Amino acid sequence: MLVTERERLSEELRELAEAYGRQRTALLPMLQHVQRKYNHVSAYTMQVIADLLDIHPVEVHSVVSFYAFLGDKPRGRFIVRLCRTISCDLAGKDRIARQLENDLGIPFGQTTGDGMFTLEWANCLGMCDRGPALLVNDRVYTGVTAEKVHEIIEECRAEFGLHALRKKEEQRA
Amino acid sequence: MKAAHEGPLTFAEVQPNDGLKAALARKRPDVIAEITRSGLRGRGGAGFPTGVKWNLAGAASGEEKYIVCNADEGEPGTFKDRVILSQYPDLVFEGMTIAGYVVGAKRGIVYLRAEYTYLLPQLESVLAQRREHGLLGHNILDKGFDFDIEIRLGAGAYVCGEETALIESLEGHRGEPRNRPPFPVDTGFVRRPTVVNNVETLAWAACILARGAEWFRGFGTEKSTGLKLFSVSGDCERPGVYEFPMGISIGELLEEVGARDAKAVQIGGASGHCVPRCEFHRTIAFEDVATGGSVIVFGPQRDMLKIARNFLEFFTEESCGQCTPCRDGNPKLLEGVRLLEEGRCSMRYLRDLIALGETMRVASKCGLGQSSPNAFLSIVKHFPQEIMGRTPQAV
Ligand SMILES: Cc1cc2nc3c(=O)[nH]c(=O)nc-3n(C[C@H](O)[C@H](O)[C@H](O)COP(=O)(O)O)c2cc1C
Ligand code: SF4
Ligand code: FES
Repeated sequence: MLVTERERLSEELRELAEAYGRQRTALLPMLQHVQRKYNHVSAYTMQVIADLLDIHPVEVHSVVSFYAFLGDKPRGRFIVRLCRTISCDLAGKDRIARQLENDLGIPFGQTTGDGMFTLEWANCLGMCDRGPALLVNDRVYTGVTAEKVHEIIEECRAEFGLHALRKKEEQRA
Repeated sequence: MKAAHEGPLTFAEVQPNDGLKAALARKRPDVIAEITRSGLRGRGGAGFPTGVKWNLAGAASGEEKYIVCNADEGEPGTFKDRVILSQYPDLVFEGMTIAGYVVGAKRGIVYLRAEYTYLLPQLESVLAQRREHGLLGHNILDKGFDFDIEIRLGAGAYVCGEETALIESLEGHRGEPRNRPPFPVDTGFVRRPTVVNNVETLAWAACILARGAEWFRGFGTEKSTGLKLFSVSGDCERPGVYEFPMGISIGELLEEVGARDAKAVQIGGASGHCVPRCEFHRTIAFEDVATGGSVIVFGPQRDMLKIARNFLEFFTEESCGQCTPCRDGNPKLLEGVRLLEEGRCSMRYLRDLIALGETMRVASKCGLGQSSPNAFLSIVKHFPQEIMGRTPQAV
């Protein structure tokens, strides 16, 4: 990471800590913010947060490792989480799992080479009456069929394309 | 019977904020007495009497107290809190405000599971509206009572639904359950007296204040009063969220949701019990088959062992790892199920597994470990002909 980038990140984290009251209770919201924005919580980030909240970095790491939705490894821009719990299992999640692996070209637990998609298992998403269910980042898809898997993935790709385009335009303006 | 996918639930019949107005017009002990008289018991699964909980927190010493709404809804097969938060969020916030008034808390926190992040913008806007209308914030309804609510997100850990783990998580720690006692009502969030209530409990509390304890008692049984939401999924014609009075028989419920041919039904989610067809006359109530509202139907073709395996995989993954019976017991039971699936489990070993399950029930530190062997034990008990001496299935 470039020095300037580090400085920018530290500054961002400092502001965040102020906003959340610079105490231990701020830890999870800060980590969630970082996770959302950067797709993972880096060792450097953990160090800065630990300093800001006056706790040991190991503490921060142990919290990051506890929660399924936080992680220290970079994940894809789109995290696809397929529910594997009972009701979705009864509703045929196995076929959806296979289709996801086929269409993304990766097994569960991995990220595509272009850094776009990470495929993971999730436990019950609270959509059990409309399974199989999956999450793409915060978005919920229910009643997923093998055909729909392709659509969902294409939708993400299109969205990313649009997003990238807008960013370029912003930079130009 | 009411079904959320067919029309409004009873929650829609209660005038918004009637409960809050009624509560603030009365003395605190009167409000608690009303809740106690209604017989309302926790809708999150454990069924603790809500009036007693509020009374304990109210009596606890200290200026700083908290109301926490448990919206972690992670029990497999449960989604009724999602429906309440989507369709009747005001009622939940109203219930929290009432609880704040009676126990003397100024801050409320909703712990919303990360999987429901998509609900956040809508919930935040409802909170903003409530502040605008003087229903939250400073001097609520001109009664000199201050209370506000913030929403905090979980991060994908089922165990954080357990109230002390939830509090640990709010405090910025790993979601590891604490020893109880002390209970949250005297040593909760940041060591202050804290009421933790389920989403549905809070919504009913608001209704009870609006309609009266007698109205609520008019439904259900003596020990399990009132109405209850059920999340129904699995092999049935009409899955979804249903409202039934407590004490309904399992058979009646299955009839309503279109699951007449069910061979078994899991009541109470992964941590609940598997009830076989011959026991469908039993009732859903705290005194019979207790539940937080999850009903998962298994059709005649289902392989019960595969179901047990799914539940044990769930617990193996979600155990926080703090205590041995749960951390090591669940993988051991899972391994046992695999042996059974391969037709390689002796009767003696099965008995060992059953004994292990029984030990886990008593020796685990929190409800997760204590209830994790339930599904396995009830499946082994009720479906012995299905699980012993199997020929390995082609996978
Ligand atoms: C492993 C575990 C998970 C739990 N998950 C939830 C949950 O998601 N939602 C909930 O309301 N209660 C859950 N509970 C129960 C809570 O500990 C607590 O009893 C409840 O929030 C109290 O509210 P109530 O009295 O209104 O039901 C869970 C308990 C255990 C042991
Ligand atoms: S029973 Fe399981 S979840 Fe509960 S404290 Fe022990 S290891 Fe953790
Ligand atoms: S079992 Fe998949 S959403 Fe509940």
